[in-house]
Amino acid sequence: MSKNEVNRTRRNLILATSAFGGAGMAAAAWPFLASMSPSDKARGLGAPVEVDISALEPGAKVVVKWRGQPVWVVYRTKEMMDGLAKVKDKLIDPDSKSSKQPAYAKNALRANEKRPEILVLVGLCTHLGCSPSDKLKAVSDSETGADWQGGFYCPCHGSLFDLAGRVYKGSPAPINLPVPPYAFLSDKRILIGDESKGA
Amino acid sequence: MEMLKQLLGWVDDRFPLTATWKQHLSEYYAPKNFNFWYFFGSLALLVLVLQLVTGIFLTIHYKPDASLNAAGVPVAFASVEYIMRDVDWGWLIRYLHATGASMFFVVVYLHMFRGMIYGSYQKPRELIWIFGCFIYVALMAEAFMGYLLPWGQMSFWGAQVIVNLFSAIPFVGEEIGIWIRGDYVISDATLNRFFAFHVAAVPLVLLGLVVMHLVALHEVGSNNPDGIEIKKKKDPETHIPLDGIPFHPYYTVKDILGVAVFLIVFSVIMFFTPEMGGYFLEANNFVPADPFKTPTHIAPLWYFTAFYSILRAVPPMFDSQFPGVIAMGMAIVVLFLLPWLDKSPVKSIRYRGPMYKWALTLFIVSFFILSYLGTLSTTSGRTLVAQICSVIYFAFFILMPWYTRMDKTKPEPERVTA
Repeated sequence: MSKNEVNRTRRNLILATSAFGGAGMAAAAWPFLASMSPSDKARGLGAPVEVDISALEPGAKVVVKWRGQPVWVVYRTKEMMDGLAKVKDKLIDPDSKSSKQPAYAKNALRANEKRPEILVLVGLCTHLGCSPSDKLKAVSDSETGADWQGGFYCPCHGSLFDLAGRVYKGSPAPINLPVPPYAFLSDKRILIGDESKGA
Repeated sequence: MEMLKQLLGWVDDRFPLTATWKQHLSEYYAPKNFNFWYFFGSLALLVLVLQLVTGIFLTIHYKPDASLNAAGVPVAFASVEYIMRDVDWGWLIRYLHATGASMFFVVVYLHMFRGMIYGSYQKPRELIWIFGCFIYVALMAEAFMGYLLPWGQMSFWGAQVIVNLFSAIPFVGEEIGIWIRGDYVISDATLNRFFAFHVAAVPLVLLGLVVMHLVALHEVGSNNPDGIEIKKKKDPETHIPLDGIPFHPYYTVKDILGVAVFLIVFSVIMFFTPEMGGYFLEANNFVPADPFKTPTHIAPLWYFTAFYSILRAVPPMFDSQFPGVIAMGMAIVVLFLLPWLDKSPVKSIRYRGPMYKWALTLFIVSFFILSYLGTLSTTSGRTLVAQICSVIYFAFFILMPWYTRMDKTKPEPERVTA
C-alpha cells in the first residue's frame, strides 16, 4: 500500500466510532433536555377545580385559578346574550370553527346548554397570553370603538372579544378565547377542567 | 528589578505572557485616525465587566423563589426589596446592574452603528460582524431572562408574552412553550431556570463570543473612519503599517478618557434617575407578579421595543400570529447577512454616494420611530406608522445589493486622512 492511499478499514472504523460517539452524545443530552419539561409535581397541579357560583349575580364575573391560569366565569344577562348576535359581522371566527372549545360549547353562546347564560373562558388572550380586562357593559369608549355590546379588551395589543370570548376583526389575536372543559355538578357548583363528572 | 526580569523570563518560558501583551496591546497596530465612534467597543467591555461583578454580588442576596413568604409577597420580589433597603450598599449594586443593562445596549447600539457607517463588516471582517451579532443576540437573551428575576408585574407578563412567541410556532409551539417554562404558565420553575441561564450559561457564552470577536479583530486588524486597509502601506523595514500606532499606550490612553466621560454620564443616571422615567426600570415592576392581572399597559424595555413594534405591525394570518414572530426574528437574522448584502466598492460613509446616505438615514429614523412606538399601546394610526417603518427597516437590507451597486461613490484616499 502506497503512502498516499487511504486505509479504508481505518477510515471506516473512524467513521463508525464517530457515529457511535455522536449517538452517545445525543443520548446523553436527552436527560438534560427532558429535565426542563414540567415535573411530575407541576403536572399534578393540573387537577380540576370546583367553583361555587351561588353568589354570582347576573352581569358579574368571577376569576378562578386552574392550571395556574385565570379562568373566568361570567353570568350573562339577557341583554348581554342578545348583543352577541348583533356583533356577528365584526368577528373573525363567529362560529368558533377554528377556536378551541369542548363540543358542547360549540354553539352560538359558547356555553353548556344546561346553563347557557354561564360563560366559562380561559382568560388569556390567544395573541400572546396577556389577561384581557373587563369591558362587560355595553358602553363604548376609545378602546372598544363604537357600538360596543360588552366584552373584553386586551391591554397589551388591543385585541377585542365579545361576551362569548369571540375575537373582533382587526385584533392581533387570531382565534377566540378558549373554553375549558367544564361541567355543572349542581345548579350552584361548576367543575372546571373535567367534563366527565357532570350531574 | 533584575529579579522581576528573571521572573518574567521564567513565566515567558512557560506561558506567552509578553508575547500576548505585545500581540494584543503594545504591538497591535491600530489606524491612527480613530474618532469618537471608536470609544464604544472598549466601553462595551467595561460594562460587561461591571455587569459580571455587580451580578455576582447580587446573587449573594437574591433568591430565585416564586413562592409567597409569611407576608404574602413572592420571595424573589422580597429579596430584591431586601437588597434595595436592608443590604449595605445593596441599592448601589442593584442600580449599577440595572442601569448597566440599559447602558450596555446604548453602547452596543452605538458600536453597531459605527460598524455600519464605516463598513467595518465588509471583507475581511465578516466574522467579526457575525460574532458581534451573536453577542447582540446573547445580550438580548441575557437581558430578557434577567428581567424576570425581580418577579414584578412586568417581569411576569413580559416573560409570558415572549415565551408565547415560541408557542406561536405551528404544530410544536405549544410543547416548546411548556418546555421553556417547565410549566403550563410562567411559574417558579421558569424563574429558577431563567436564573440559572442568566447567571451561568449565557454569561459564559457571552465571554466566549467576546474572546472570538477580539481574536478575529486582532487577526485582520481594525477598520477606520476612512475604510481603507492600513496594512497595504507598510514601512519596508519594520513592516509596521505607516498609518498604524500601537494600541498601547495610544488607544489605552484615549479609551481612558472615554471611560471617564462615560462614567460621569453613567453616574448621573444611576444616582439621579436610575429608573430613567420608566425606560430603564418600569413602574409596574415595583408591583409583585400577579398571574391573574395583566398590567393595563405592557411594553418591553426600550432596547427591545423596535422589534416588538415589528411583531405588532404584522397582522395575524391563517389563524396564527406566527407571521409576526417570523418578521421579528427576521429583523434580527437580517443583521447577520449585512456583509453580503453590501456590494459597495467602498467601506466608509465618507466615500459613499447619496443613495446609501439616504437609505441609512431612513433606516435609523425608522428604527427610532419603531422603538418609540413599541413603548406605547397600539392604535390603528400607530400600527400603520409601524407597518411603514417595518417595511423601510427590511427594505434597507433587502434592496441594499442594488442601491449600493448603483450608488455613485467617491475615490478612496491612498492613506488615512487626518
